[in-house]
Amino acid sequence: MGIDMKLNELTIKQAIEKLDAGEITAVDLARACLDRIKEVDDKIKACLTVCEKEAIEEAKKADERRAKGEKGGLLGIPYIAKDIIMTKGVRTTAASKILENYIAPYDATIIKKLREAGAVLLGKANLDEFAHGGSTENSAFGPTHNPWDQELVPGGSSGGSGAAVAAEMCIFSLGTDTGGSVRCPASFCGVVGLKPTYGRSSRFGLISMTSSTDVPGAITKTAEDAALVLQAIAGHDKYDASTPEEAVPDYGEELKNSPLLRGVAEGRGVLAGLKIGLPIEYYGEGLSPAVRAALEEAKKKFIELGTELKDISLPHSKYAVPVYYIITPSEISSNLARFDGIKYGFSEPEAQNLLEVYSKSRGKGFGREAKRRIMLGTYALSAGYRDAYYLQAQKVRTKIKDEMDAALREVDVILTPTQPTVAYKIGSFTSDPLQMYLEDIFVIPASLAGLPAMSLPCGFDAGLPIGLQLIGARFDESKLFQVGCQYQKATDWHLKKPSL
Amino acid sequence: MLSKEEVKKVAALARLDLSEEEIDVLTPQLANILGFIDQLKEVDTTNTEPTAQVTGLSDVFRADELENWDKSEVAAALSQSPAGLEGNQIKVKKVLEQD
Repeated sequence: MGIDMKLNELTIKQAIEKLDAGEITAVDLARACLDRIKEVDDKIKACLTVCEKEAIEEAKKADERRAKGEKGGLLGIPYIAKDIIMTKGVRTTAASKILENYIAPYDATIIKKLREAGAVLLGKANLDEFAHGGSTENSAFGPTHNPWDQELVPGGSSGGSGAAVAAEMCIFSLGTDTGGSVRCPASFCGVVGLKPTYGRSSRFGLISMTSSTDVPGAITKTAEDAALVLQAIAGHDKYDASTPEEAVPDYGEELKNSPLLRGVAEGRGVLAGLKIGLPIEYYGEGLSPAVRAALEEAKKKFIELGTELKDISLPHSKYAVPVYYIITPSEISSNLARFDGIKYGFSEPEAQNLLEVYSKSRGKGFGREAKRRIMLGTYALSAGYRDAYYLQAQKVRTKIKDEMDAALREVDVILTPTQPTVAYKIGSFTSDPLQMYLEDIFVIPASLAGLPAMSLPCGFDAGLPIGLQLIGARFDESKLFQVGCQYQKATDWHLKKPSL
Repeated sequence: MLSKEEVKKVAALARLDLSEEEIDVLTPQLANILGFIDQLKEVDTTNTEPTAQVTGLSDVFRADELENWDKSEVAAALSQSPAGLEGNQIKVKKVLEQD
């Protein structure tokens, strides 16, 4: 670490060491992040709400807890949460006009867990409205700008969360991933993005999008930090019946005593014996030359680390985008039915009767993409079309899931690009939504199958970050951390930062 | 091919007020997306069960017991109803019209 390194630039691990050693306080750390937000967020627009006063209060409490002997974990670590996650007493908008003035009455389970761990909430991050999109351009409050080049998108839908970490406004952030929404911005912003196994971290208190694939995850500066965040937010929740009572391993312990590291003792590469699958369908046409070259470099690095690379085939991958764009809008049309202008949110004051309260509040409150998805989903679920679209999509989903599960019995992890290209200019796909949907081709399959996946920085194209994706077996995030950590020990892509 | 009339019908089902202009933009966009999705028909799914969830859990039960929620959180939730409250009830416009 350079001596001129600022506190907001620390990783979780570095910050905890300094806090535990008494070199810095949680208040110092929170102030450094809040100062950074003030310094750069006019340009980046990552934050929709900054809760300065509350953050300093929480940081003081963390310092008091540490003074009483508590240590480690996330005690005193400042973070930003995607604004689709409920934070008690703090405005929670989902980046939608329909929730512009909504104050969350309770905490999401993951926020509650972070509060108990002593993490410090700095503010709420911008996103595509209701997490519908891959660029953060669909926010009702304007786009977030990529810290590497402000004319470009940061990716999405957790674009504010990705940009905030890349621009060092916080030590980590929370996002949600339904079809790549944590991994895509991580790739475009040059940071680490973890989508846990579906059900590993509770959805209670997320504003629902696609209930069968939504999962909250972490955006961090290193793979090791992602393990620390998951440790704090993972586990069964009685308020989310889709979280199994699956034991959460001690990820730190498993990183230290990784069975994967046996190669060292035998004088082989550190990851000797690890099998990595390369799905041929992910390396075909449509991959930009720079991304392809970066993945080739990554493969060489993994061979140096002792792994065995193996070509595999996932022939139904090509159907992942069409399956996703039936299942997702269908679940959205149902989940967004709760925004009716009656219980909370925007309500059209001129409405003459009950029906007008519904239709006019929704017509004025929702943005373009939310409307498009409500329409698509309502159509796909309506009489006469349900079997042709929704049921067939659910069956093809089974095929995608089964073939990925089968592949992960043959290999330990699957290695793919995260996105086919680097970040693109704001406005590139405004008039062609289908083209934008196709950008998610590599991230959607793991969402449909419910598998854990992580994006790690692996190179640059003309100064813009490229990400690789590791996909693991269900509930085996630990292996992703072990592989990710070793890759980051052998490379320095994650240490490169944008100049702002 | 999706018609404007079908789009209007779907919008009515979705309780979504759309302008003529929005319908003009949405109609070809939805047709284009549905055309793309049509490729799913080429997949043979005979004997394939649909997947609705992926955790392997089935029939998750809990006791049907009333749980008291934090009163201040209940009040905070209720206080956001746009038309205000009457006691602890959210106000809505008349559902049945009088003759």
